[in-house]
Amino acid sequence: MSTATTPAKPTFAERWTALPKPVQIVVWTLIALFFFVLPLLNLPIISTEDAEFGAVLATVANYALVALGLNIVLGYAGLLDLGYVGFYAIGAYTVGVFGSLHGQVPWFVLIVMAVTISTASGLLLGAPTLRVRGDYLAIVTLGFGEIIRLTALNTEWLNGARGITGIPRPPSRELFGVPSLVWDGAVAKVDLGQGARSIFLKFGLLDAVPYYWLALIVIILVLIADRLLQNSRVGRAWEATREDEEAAELNGVPTFRFKLLAFAMGAFVGGLSGALYASRVGAINPDSFMIQLSMMFLAAVVIGGQGNRWGAIVGGVVVAYLPERFREFADFRIVVFGLLLLLLANFRPQGLLPPRRARRAQRADVATKELEGTEEGARA
Amino acid sequence: MNLTFTGLVVGAIYALFALGYTLVYGVLRLINFAHSEVFMWGSFGAVWAMTLLGARTGMSWPAAIGLLLVALVAAMAVSGGVALVVERIAYRRLREKNAPPLVALISAIGASFMLSEIMGLRDRIAGWLNLDTVLAPYVRQARENTAFVNPLPNVQVLEVAGFQIRSNQLIVLVAAILMMVALDQFVSRSRLGRGVRAVSQNPEAAALMGVNQKRVVQLTFFIGGLMAGAAALLYLVHIGVTRYNVGFVLGIKAFTAAVLGGIGNIRGALVGGLVLGLVENYATLLGLASSWKDVVSFLLLVVVLLFRPTGILGESLGKARA
Repeated sequence: MSTATTPAKPTFAERWTALPKPVQIVVWTLIALFFFVLPLLNLPIISTEDAEFGAVLATVANYALVALGLNIVLGYAGLLDLGYVGFYAIGAYTVGVFGSLHGQVPWFVLIVMAVTISTASGLLLGAPTLRVRGDYLAIVTLGFGEIIRLTALNTEWLNGARGITGIPRPPSRELFGVPSLVWDGAVAKVDLGQGARSIFLKFGLLDAVPYYWLALIVIILVLIADRLLQNSRVGRAWEATREDEEAAELNGVPTFRFKLLAFAMGAFVGGLSGALYASRVGAINPDSFMIQLSMMFLAAVVIGGQGNRWGAIVGGVVVAYLPERFREFADFRIVVFGLLLLLLANFRPQGLLPPRRARRAQRADVATKELEGTEEGARA
Repeated sequence: MNLTFTGLVVGAIYALFALGYTLVYGVLRLINFAHSEVFMWGSFGAVWAMTLLGARTGMSWPAAIGLLLVALVAAMAVSGGVALVVERIAYRRLREKNAPPLVALISAIGASFMLSEIMGLRDRIAGWLNLDTVLAPYVRQARENTAFVNPLPNVQVLEVAGFQIRSNQLIVLVAAILMMVALDQFVSRSRLGRGVRAVSQNPEAAALMGVNQKRVVQLTFFIGGLMAGAAALLYLVHIGVTRYNVGFVLGIKAFTAAVLGGIGNIRGALVGGLVLGLVENYATLLGLASSWKDVVSFLLLVVVLLFRPTGILGESLGKARA
């Protein structure tokens, strides 16, 4: 190899960071804005025909939020948690129990209670069990998820199999109606009349769009916190623990404490998303929290690319949106979903968006090969 | 006494089922999440064989036992086949690419969803193929409980200290323990079993010594499938119905049994299964409603793992009798 090495094409991330900060902020704002108006656009192809698009988006956002939370546990700290649905259930049940079944606590207090209780349960579960590793941790957490569900099912105080209804919704403001687009073929027209069903901040039964907005705001907040955490000492400690626990411990990382922290963080987000879910659907029962749901959450993180927060969101979108979009095959959608999981695992094991670390490692690999190549060239 | 015996019967079924998890884990270090569907397909294999042969209750003893043996073969054949399919579609490519275990887990979850839903939609699929009239007795009511017609008269055969032991229970217990012993002997004595142990101990060294790893892995899945099929038939004899999603909860239980005894350890699966079955049934003695028994079994698992992180007998498919 006598040719000089051509500089590697700048990756998307590199070109992106080269942009001036104000431009970056503007682009981010535009992207966020797009997602906020998405339910009103009713875009053809994307929009779902057989289910209300706003409701589908609210579900999708919910999955994305859960995936973000699980990504902290699984992607950053490398802890295989198969019982994540347990925290989700705890969040939802807290809202149900204290907002409807045994109390009339105001909604904002309910949310705070939900995250507090789920975080505490994360610490309670993590403190003894994080001593076991790898697959055993997976089983213990799986057991935890089932214990939570079965306890809800068998406890009369939690209304058993009947579940909880009349869960409070977020307080409404009902300021003005938001117009939405109606498509006639390729021609769009603004619907100001009856179609303007989305009343700004009216959390009602019929229109799921405000819930989607709420979830979107929560996702953005969690994303910011996630980014700050991952780029901090905590994030590096997690990465070190995930890659090699013994080495990290020897280098002075108190791995147990950081694993526990990851668990608590994950439980926080899990409880939060469960609480939001409960206050959207208004009624929950133990069947809403089967282990299969845990598997779906796990699939979301792994499909998206564990360790990558955007990947987690993409995975959440894939897992929640596809079955809704293809309702035509309603009965076969789980078969198709299973097939999709199989294909993705087989042909894209890194996930749709591999974490930056994996790509860095790949680039470093290429760079080393090139270096070795030039050395050989110089010797020849 | 009745509790003990029921516990042992259920535990023996768990133990047989758990073998599939434990074998695959021992060799590949993977949790085979699709194993529960292998069991479920086996149970339908048995039901279909009985439908085909026109089984009915109250047949003569020799005929009944013959039919049960046919059903056993059918269940084992279907389960073994499905296990091989799972290995082929969900694992082989990933193993060749050295993918991380978590990806294999996702792949297995995908396979599991597919297998269970295909069974749940069998009436629709038969409709597509215009076979619904021909196959009617096999496909109808795909999402309902499907009953297993047990040709054996379920009579009381023994009475110990005033408690009765019924023939079905006795058959299940004896058959399960015979199967376990046969498998244990197979793995510790036969040439193929030696290969399985070699790969589980050190895959690279085994490959260097001329063990065909691909064959061993297939064999592991196949044997696990056979045992799941046997467990499926015994489950049907004990419980009487199956369903397209029957594997899920039972699979978690069996897996718990495998972990409890020490996953990767064949004798551990037996111990774990029996302990789990007993504890579950004894839970009612503590004044807990029987609906709490699943909670008790998971709590037991958590507690055991905390004090003995590798299970009661430890992890040793290769180590123990190498």
